[in-house]
Amino acid sequence: MDKIRESILTTSRASKLERRGKIISLTCLGGICLVVVAIFGFIAYRGLMTFTSDHVSIIKFLTGTEWNPSVSKNGAPLVGALPMIAGSFLITILATVLAIPFAIGTALMMTDITPKTGTRILQPVLELLVGIPSVVYGFIGLTVVVPAIRTVFGGSGFGILSGTFVLFVMVLPTITSMTVDSLSSVPKDYRSASLALGATRWQTIYKVVLRSATPGILTAIVFGMARAFGEALAVQMVVGNATLMPYSLVAPASTLTSVLTTGIGNTVMGTVQNDALWSLALILLLMSLAFNLAIHLIARRGAMKR
Amino acid sequence: MKKKWILVLFAIVIVLLGFAYINRDQNKQGTSITAVGSTALQPLVEAAGEEFSKDNPGVFVNVQGGGSGTGLSQIQEGAVSIGNSDLFASEQTGINEAKLVDNRVAVIGITPIINKNAGISALTSQQLKDIFTGKITNWQDIGGRNQKIVIVNRTQGSGTRITFEKWALDNERSIASQEQDSSGTARQIVATTPGAISYVSFSYADKSVVMPTLNGVKPTNNNVKTNKWKIWSYEHMYTQKKSDEDTDKFIKFVLSKHVQDKLVPQLGYIPVTDMKVERLE
Repeated sequence: MDKIRESILTTSRASKLERRGKIISLTCLGGICLVVVAIFGFIAYRGLMTFTSDHVSIIKFLTGTEWNPSVSKNGAPLVGALPMIAGSFLITILATVLAIPFAIGTALMMTDITPKTGTRILQPVLELLVGIPSVVYGFIGLTVVVPAIRTVFGGSGFGILSGTFVLFVMVLPTITSMTVDSLSSVPKDYRSASLALGATRWQTIYKVVLRSATPGILTAIVFGMARAFGEALAVQMVVGNATLMPYSLVAPASTLTSVLTTGIGNTVMGTVQNDALWSLALILLLMSLAFNLAIHLIARRGAMKR
Repeated sequence: MKKKWILVLFAIVIVLLGFAYINRDQNKQGTSITAVGSTALQPLVEAAGEEFSKDNPGVFVNVQGGGSGTGLSQIQEGAVSIGNSDLFASEQTGINEAKLVDNRVAVIGITPIINKNAGISALTSQQLKDIFTGKITNWQDIGGRNQKIVIVNRTQGSGTRITFEKWALDNERSIASQEQDSSGTARQIVATTPGAISYVSFSYADKSVVMPTLNGVKPTNNNVKTNKWKIWSYEHMYTQKKSDEDTDKFIKFVLSKHVQDKLVPQLGYIPVTDMKVERLE
């Protein structure tokens, strides 16, 4: 009698284990949350210094076209970030738009048209492309893409177009592999039903498979854009890093990341020049947040349709 | 079985952390000197550090790049033993030079470099200024080929750029253009881009680019020594006012006859003692 009573009232080994596991997972989760919050807090704190202690108006920062943090005009330093913001967006959008048809075509090849060859040859190729370090892409860009663009279009070869070509290769595997995932998650019944109704393979792909995989493909595209937006080294090597408004695709331009990586070593913590760079970092952070939000929204809307 | 593995893993981590702790303690006791900053000065400090370690076993000189700005801010915060800089502390905003000791260990000349097919081998100061301020945009205008001028600048705040703007452009600022964050890349771009112009320290200039004469003066070490070639700067190794014994010893070693007469010229710098003039800012 007592033994049963005891075993009911005391915590068993299993529940102790469970509790211990819970505590460990919660600590890990808490730690990661803390790191994320700390990063956000730090970047926001330093990034907002430009506006609070250096008296730059946010509108001027976002719309100004002159970037010269060590020169002051009318009491405020010249920190117009528009050239970099425009450069980042232009390169990101162009590279992604260029990559989309290639990515979807490759993905279809791998899932619907020649699944066997697709998984045997294309899969390793894609994984290899992901594994190449960005500095190697940048170096190839510098020695192959830039001279090629110089001979074809004239100018110095550095600029948005070179950056676009390099980034195109870099985001292609990301978009492709995620598109493959979403295409292969389309239920087999859809394909069978469509074929049974007499649709050709093209009709099935175009009207059924691609349609039902649209949310997944959109997510893949946004992921690719997020990757392109944040890429620093490879772009910095070929874009020219001129803080000028990109008036031409073959003229030197700059991106948020390229200005950050080239500039941060030459500034002193706590000075205007340094704060201005932190503000650029803050914009980058907010943009990646926006990309994340977009991914969630697309996923949710896609889920409701089904 | 799984539990055992986790325990073993924990044990390994704890042992490693223990080792790290012990090593950290030793570093603090002064067996390692950390020098951070200017990439232009890095080769000299590295070479000197190696020889210093040979004479003083157990003392390790750890040299890192990062740029003059980083060097100055890190030494001001006391995070490192030595801050390497191409600039005087007073030239960098946000640095309180009263806290630091300036050790000038070498001098380096800076020269404009031009792509070969521009067809230019001589410039005047005024022409150089007009090029970098955007008044001249074609090499044709100053007697070269019909080729657009492509300006390649170093990053804003780079020691080389600040020195160049101060002494070659008379404190005028260059127009916004391409920027590169290392001397090597700048030279490579000038060598391969038609009509490109940039500036690098003497040690980086080679036969792939043209080093023009400026007002008839050739960019050579001898002309720097007599100040006929005006675009040069000191290489500084800043220390805190209260630096530890090993750091003082290392600075003394870098300033010793052995390093100054042998290593400094070997690596393309000019010994400070050879200079016939002195600059105070």
